[in-house]
Amino acid sequence: MNWIIDHLPQLLSVSGEHLQLALVPVAVGLLLSLPLAWVANRWPVARAILVPVSALLYTIPSLALFVMMPLLLGTKVLDPINVQAALTIYTVALLVRAIADALAAVPESVIQAASAMGYRAVGRFFAVELPLAVPVLIAGVRVAAVSNISLVAVGQIIGVGGLGFFLLQGFQSSPPNYQEIVGGIVLIVVLALVVDGLLALAGRALAPWNRKAVSR
Amino acid sequence: MIEFQSVTKRYDDGTVAVDELDLTIDDGKITVLVGPSGCGKTTSLRMINRMVEASSGTILVDGADIRSQRPAALRRGIGYVIQNAGLFPHRTVLDNIATVPILLGTKKAAARRRAEELLDTVGLPRELAKRYPAQLSGGQQQRVGVARALAADPPVLLMDEPFSAVDPVVRDDLQEELLRLQSELGKTIVFVTHDIDEAIKLGDKVAVLRVGGKLAQYDTPATLLAKPVDDFVAGFVGRDRGYRALGFLSAHGVEVAPLSTLTLGEPAPVVTGWTVVVDERRRPLGWLSAKSTVEGEIRSADLVAGGSLYVADSTAAGSLRAALDSALSSPSGTGIAVDAEGAVVGGVTADSVLKVLDAARRSGEVPS
Repeated sequence: MNWIIDHLPQLLSVSGEHLQLALVPVAVGLLLSLPLAWVANRWPVARAILVPVSALLYTIPSLALFVMMPLLLGTKVLDPINVQAALTIYTVALLVRAIADALAAVPESVIQAASAMGYRAVGRFFAVELPLAVPVLIAGVRVAAVSNISLVAVGQIIGVGGLGFFLLQGFQSSPPNYQEIVGGIVLIVVLALVVDGLLALAGRALAPWNRKAVSR
Repeated sequence: MIEFQSVTKRYDDGTVAVDELDLTIDDGKITVLVGPSGCGKTTSLRMINRMVEASSGTILVDGADIRSQRPAALRRGIGYVIQNAGLFPHRTVLDNIATVPILLGTKKAAARRRAEELLDTVGLPRELAKRYPAQLSGGQQQRVGVARALAADPPVLLMDEPFSAVDPVVRDDLQEELLRLQSELGKTIVFVTHDIDEAIKLGDKVAVLRVGGKLAQYDTPATLLAKPVDDFVAGFVGRDRGYRALGFLSAHGVEVAPLSTLTLGEPAPVVTGWTVVVDERRRPLGWLSAKSTVEGEIRSADLVAGGSLYVADSTAAGSLRAALDSALSSPSGTGIAVDAEGAVVGGVTADSVLKVLDAARRSGEVPS
């Protein structure tokens, strides 16, 4: 405990950095996934390509992806963009399929009704289809956020790992500093739980109809 | 006025859904398109607001070709009600109703005020305003669907089998409500159904379509029942069409004969025939059988249930169908005629109904 209490200010500031490394990719990934999912939902051919490709991307080991990033992007090894770009790829891989499925699940009768009321395709997407996809979309975002928060630590392998720093440093100390390792792990878990909880609340606020429908 | 001018819908696979349809739909009336599945009735309806594009031919609404407007703009000016209501699950009742006015640029607050009024119009309590569609019954959802279609006050309303997914009792309510609404609003309504009874009940005119999208007959319900043009229409209209046609003839002139009555709790007399038993306000409770052996006070348990009642109000006489049905369904063979308050005014027999029918036939009131 002593180590944790002594290093509290440092732990907190690194936590902020950790969150930034994990969540900026969630936001960027979401923005990229929306048009891709729309395309996948619109054209069966696009879906037949996008969904398997995104599943494939998700199977690349994070370690390998992090190491490849500076080569692929031409960035400096210590540039945080390496970690963020890799995590964005994972987020997109997770969300494209989830959002495409959510859009496909919007009842045909509702889409027909929206068109018959006089919505054009784009207006209908934002006014009807996307809001109805929110519960599934939030579920996907929660998985991506939690997954990213844990994956950031792996980024320590290329020198940018947020709280992963304490895991590696604790391990490399002689003898290993278990307080430091446990402190890092606990903080990562706490961050993941808090973010997951906040997203769940946001989902309830964004889709009140979904909640009330259950408690008729 | 909506005009179909030799309109054809042919799909890419060669299927012809609608074949050279010519049809003129009158303003301010309910026109029902009816037919078996595959007759192109829904396709015809959906061509009016360009949810389906015609392959050839022209559709005019108030003289203007529907293709002269962009589809979205056209649709905002035409109300549309679909089966299962098709409400937006993520919007409250009020916001569902306000959809089209908001699309047309009405301020949200004003659109919501108008939506609240529409709740009254379609007979829904205002407490439902903040609910979501999943929290409503099927009948309530359908009423919201009608309110949403009416919100921008369009002159034309398209209704695609709107009441087919609700149970018969609710359907009956919704049909009555639609007729009441229509008597106030006078919209041009095009209504699609596969149910000939619904078509005959609601339609000012009924277009019967046959499989392959050809118009078989376009007439008033009374003419359709009396003079089907061919075996297909006759078969579709149904076997008991002669009986149902009576629904369009006024029972004015049907003799309502005096009927002897007993009040519940009275001592039973020596009965000589079927006798109606009434409550203290002369409302019928049932019959005392001609073979009754009741002694002492008449109790509810002694009664035989009565048939349907024929409401013979002095202002609005019922139909011949109602009068005849009351006679046919009565255990005594005499139908009970009641006034608007439900009190017994007399009895009608099948013979007296047939006499009036005969007279109507001779005077040419019945199409023949």
